[in-house]
Amino acid sequence: MNPIYLYSLISMGGMGAVLAAGLGFAATKFKVEQDPRIGKVEDALPGANCGACGYAGCASFAEAVVNGEAPVGGCPVGGDKVAANIADIMGSEADSSDKVIAQLLCGGGIKETTKSGKYQGIKTCQAANAVNGGEKECQYSCLGFGDCEVICPFDAIVINENGLPQIDPEKCTGCGKCVSECPRNILLLAPVSAKNHIRCSSHNTGKIVRKSCEVGCIGCSLCAKVCPVNAIEIKDNLAVIDYDKCVNCGKCAEKCPTGSIEFNGDMIKKVEINDNCVGCTLCARACPVEAIDGELKQQHQVNQEKCIKCGLCYEACNVNAVDLFYESDLD
Amino acid sequence: MDQFTQILLLFISNVLINNFILVRFLGICPFLGVSKQVETAFSMGLATTFVMTLTAAATWMINTFILEALNLPFLQYVSFIIVIASLVQFVEMFIKKTSPVLYKALGIFLPLITTNCAIMGLALLIPLNGYSFIASVVFGFGAGVGFTLAIVLMAGLREGLSFGDVPGVLRGVPVTLIIAGIMAMAFMGFSGLISM
Repeated sequence: MNPIYLYSLISMGGMGAVLAAGLGFAATKFKVEQDPRIGKVEDALPGANCGACGYAGCASFAEAVVNGEAPVGGCPVGGDKVAANIADIMGSEADSSDKVIAQLLCGGGIKETTKSGKYQGIKTCQAANAVNGGEKECQYSCLGFGDCEVICPFDAIVINENGLPQIDPEKCTGCGKCVSECPRNILLLAPVSAKNHIRCSSHNTGKIVRKSCEVGCIGCSLCAKVCPVNAIEIKDNLAVIDYDKCVNCGKCAEKCPTGSIEFNGDMIKKVEINDNCVGCTLCARACPVEAIDGELKQQHQVNQEKCIKCGLCYEACNVNAVDLFYESDLD
Repeated sequence: MDQFTQILLLFISNVLINNFILVRFLGICPFLGVSKQVETAFSMGLATTFVMTLTAAATWMINTFILEALNLPFLQYVSFIIVIASLVQFVEMFIKKTSPVLYKALGIFLPLITTNCAIMGLALLIPLNGYSFIASVVFGFGAGVGFTLAIVLMAGLREGLSFGDVPGVLRGVPVTLIIAGIMAMAFMGFSGLISM
């Protein structure tokens, strides 16, 4: 046999064996004990290493979940199913009600607003905001060049023909990238269950707002007065809603003279308590305005004058004794 | 010229004159891929310098004591690949155990550069130039420093460029390649720096 074959075989084989032995030795000698849950969480993840969660890959996200730095539902690709699996491993519950989506706090599109000039610079919100604030007169308005559309990793934002970003609640994962990208800070993350939104961020006085925008908040405080649960506060000529307090009754949107408050739910017209009632007082305790009367173990009554039609009693009742009549039902 | 001056010149020539990225065109992939932020570019450069220095030492030994001794130069490619890959794996495990801080800083880049062409090119250039052991290590280190210099410069330019008004057709990769070309031309200016 030609010695060159022999030498090749021996040298390569020998090198391979030595290196393999070295690595095998190192794997046991330098083994770092880590939480076994990290491996399990990693297995439950999609494994695409897309980075949409904000971590370098599925492995580092798994580590963050186990360390308690990331939420169990933090994987936007996996959705509810993966979140439930991870929650099982971590021994906690996946909370889907915590889901938030981005909301735009400006309703002034091209049609509704007054222009102050023509902007011919670089077509990004960042640039327009840095130079002279874009074309619209209102300095709190949406610039409409779609920096949010560009940054959105899920294509959930599209600029509509009125020059405002439209957010698809199905696609939005609440990652918050658009919120930090917006130079005017008029995007925020709100609970997906919230149905009332004040679509204005202007701190200008009512007079200035009237001149520059048809749908701007003039700070008249009618909404704050009508709100049964004091969820709206006027801060520097602007109505601000507290999503934690809001019961989604839609009263504020009805009262708003400029239409800057949006209500996209079905309005409750009437609330009644039927014979199923066992008098447990759960509904009376849930009512924010004390509109439900009745003794313990007696059928309760709704005081129609006080009732604000928020529907909280319906959610509190365990025996289906509360009937809600919606606007669409009565028509 | 004494040996020290020679080693120093070798180092400088690999950082500036024969820069791995901009003159030899090796390691273009991380140069374009990991040069969006100065911070990550620097981490990448750090990891590459580290691996290059180690590679230079390890492959010099393999080449001199095994391949040349047995007259098997055709095995260079195969043996260098397995040596580099296992060496990096070993170093990664070692760092993970001994210094979690350094492990975090190098992060994902360490395993990534195992299969980089700049590392392989370095390993193959050493027997080609017939360096001594010390010269090989300095060669590897200088190449790593040159790599870091180029990638950090590029990242700085790209960070600045993200605010620029780039014409639509050139946005993204095209303009990056144009910049890389201009940078390569600029580095050609160093070619007369050292005259022997």
